[in-house]
Amino acid sequence: MSTAFDEETFRAESPMAEFLRMERMPHIWCPGCGIGTVVNCFAEAVKKSGIDMDKLAVVSGIGCSGRVAGYVKLDSIHSTHGRAIPVATGLKLANPDLKVVVVSGDGDIVGIGGNHFIHAARRNMDIMVICINNFTYGMTGGQVTPTTPQTANASTTPYGNYEYPFSLPFLADACGATYVARWTSLHARNITKSIREGLSHKGFSFIEVIAPCTTLYQRRNRLGDGMDALAYYREEAEVDKEVDTRNVGIDFQGDITMGRFVRREKPTYLEAVNERYANVLGDEYQLYGMTTPEREEKERREAEARAKAQALVEDEEARLMAEDFGVDEEGLG
Amino acid sequence: MRKTAADPKGVLSGAHFLDGDHAIAEGALAAGCRFFAGYPITPSTETAERFAERCPGVGGLFIQMEDEIASIAALVGAAWGGQKVMTVTSGPGLSLMMENLGLAVMTETPMVIADVQRAGPSTGLPTLPGQQDMMQVRWGSHGDYRIIALSPDSPQECFDLTVEAFNLSETYRVPVFIMTDETVGHMHEKVVIPPAEEIMVVARNLYDGPKEDYRPYRFTGKDVAPMVRAGDGYRFHITGLTHDERGYPALTPAQNVKVVTHLIEKIDSNADKIIRLEEEEVEGAEVLVVSYGITSRIVSRAVQLAREAGIRTGTLRLITVWPFAERRIRELAGQVRAIVVPEINYGQMVREVERCAAGQCRVVSVPHCGGAVHDPDVILGAIQEACQ
Ligand SMILES: Cc1ncc(C[n+]2csc(CCOP(=O)(O)OP(=O)(O)O)c2C)c(N)n1
Ligand code: SF4
Ligand SMILES: [Mg+2]
Repeated sequence: MSTAFDEETFRAESPMAEFLRMERMPHIWCPGCGIGTVVNCFAEAVKKSGIDMDKLAVVSGIGCSGRVAGYVKLDSIHSTHGRAIPVATGLKLANPDLKVVVVSGDGDIVGIGGNHFIHAARRNMDIMVICINNFTYGMTGGQVTPTTPQTANASTTPYGNYEYPFSLPFLADACGATYVARWTSLHARNITKSIREGLSHKGFSFIEVIAPCTTLYQRRNRLGDGMDALAYYREEAEVDKEVDTRNVGIDFQGDITMGRFVRREKPTYLEAVNERYANVLGDEYQLYGMTTPEREEKERREAEARAKAQALVEDEEARLMAEDFGVDEEGLG
Repeated sequence: MRKTAADPKGVLSGAHFLDGDHAIAEGALAAGCRFFAGYPITPSTETAERFAERCPGVGGLFIQMEDEIASIAALVGAAWGGQKVMTVTSGPGLSLMMENLGLAVMTETPMVIADVQRAGPSTGLPTLPGQQDMMQVRWGSHGDYRIIALSPDSPQECFDLTVEAFNLSETYRVPVFIMTDETVGHMHEKVVIPPAEEIMVVARNLYDGPKEDYRPYRFTGKDVAPMVRAGDGYRFHITGLTHDERGYPALTPAQNVKVVTHLIEKIDSNADKIIRLEEEEVEGAEVLVVSYGITSRIVSRAVQLAREAGIRTGTLRLITVWPFAERRIRELAGQVRAIVVPEINYGQMVREVERCAAGQCRVVSVPHCGGAVHDPDVILGAIQEACQ
């Protein structure tokens, strides 16, 4: 009996085989990189949620994080740098039955793609955005991003960063996102739970995952390896669900406030479209793109309402008949 | 390709008095387009406005995106979500679309983009006509690729060619452009929209074989693989990276040969089927005038004057501008003394004409910096000079 490692068997028997395109393994990520954790959590969340994987799509932009779309065994689009959100928007609107998830990096989502991010949040577009924030442009070699804390070293801020960074939960909240959470890659169970919540949330949900780029950010800033990053998260990351998102900025190696900061209900983009058109155009308007369960629910409610109305009419008729003819009291014969 | 009659729901049959921009929107609806993402820009905005007004009645959706980059990106997503999709823009917006045009080309995503051209560079003359994006549309995105571009010269043709554009984009899985201009876009003329059953529409070629056998690509250089819709269980993957038949990244020079050759050959090898030209009195002509879009209507007047002056003048109108009518121009260049090419730019398509004429005859450019159409007398002067 041979115990030699057999790649075929590994691929076939991996617990992730159902979720990943095993024929594309090994992946490109460095040892200790935080991106893999997010993929694991995503897979776990999808499994636990029982969501129909045929109706789940992933869109990524460009970057190390942007490679996620290429590994998941789902309908998936690896788009252009920064444009995952508008691609996801088109996909969702073309086929509202889908749950569409964007997974990409900080540079992708709030650097080059910042405009799309704020507008998708504003519209409460019914998509989930998972931003893997490693404070750097990993793929291109460790340049400064809009989330890099001040003083941190990057290849394009070789004397330390002097720009003011974005605090992503605050940005998302201010722009109208209806679900906002932040975790670190150490907090896998929280990420998983959050993704599950995001999957069932209606509207724009945003999850930031602080994750190490070991090869560039960690090394350049002399912060050690992946384990050191996790030690930092254990030391400095704390859950505070009540906190105002204005106060969750992150200083270089400073406190990380985590939690599900925002969860509110608001009509999604498509619900708002349908409500507006239906109000103005009435029966002429044929609701756009309801998902199948929504349509069935609506038909059921309408049928119920019709039955109720019919019952009322019948009651009323019976009452009038009774009054007019005094059937009950005197009889007709 | 499966051709069916248009869905009557989108077809506003009858005779109308429409401008070119509105006719484009009607053409899109007739062709079965139900998803439009756009960003306002003069002189193209009326197309978006009409689509926005009409779509709730026909089960379509209009979304005004945050910019043109988002607009074309949304088309890529929506096309793979199963819709026929369109956007409309003008010069500055076209410039912004260039990167994701490459994504659409690379992922072989069908879409229609109308460019109602104005005069540039930069913001230029926003409300006045130009034909200055003819080369940008062809070469503007990085890398080697092909697109198809049609150029209507009337509101009626805006309608007809938009339907055709959708059919071509479904047939070849390629972005197809309507290269019109401010004058045609804002000119009102009679537009007859035929009954739905007379409008032939190419349906999306959807794969329906075993799920595990689905391949989003086939690099034959002749035809394209069928598509699927997200949500139907095929679990497709597409990427802007160089990829194999499965759509997976395959980052080798050898694979790029396969992909790029296919992207180019699927158009070039079908060029004769794609290209539509309109010729008049080319047999025995001394001078041939080659034009497209609004300029061809000015050319008719100039040519009438030239013929009155005794010059045997033929005309060739490029209804399809890209792929370029190489074979026909080469042929005609061997028969005439000169080819005159007026266009509302500093001389763009004339370079193609020169390339194809390859010294067989004189080629005379009649440039115009934009903001107006040519004076017919200027074209007449060029014709007279050309046959000296
Ligand atoms: C338009 C454009 N500009 C620049 C690039 C180069 N580029 C590729 S990935 C990347 C940065 C990605 O950073 P991030 O989104 O944070 O992802 P990470 O690699 O850190 O996961 C850049 C700038 C590109 N691909 N496209
Ligand atoms: S470069 Fe950084 S972000 Fe990219 S895979 Fe390596 S560790 Fe991860
Ligand atoms: Mg990053």
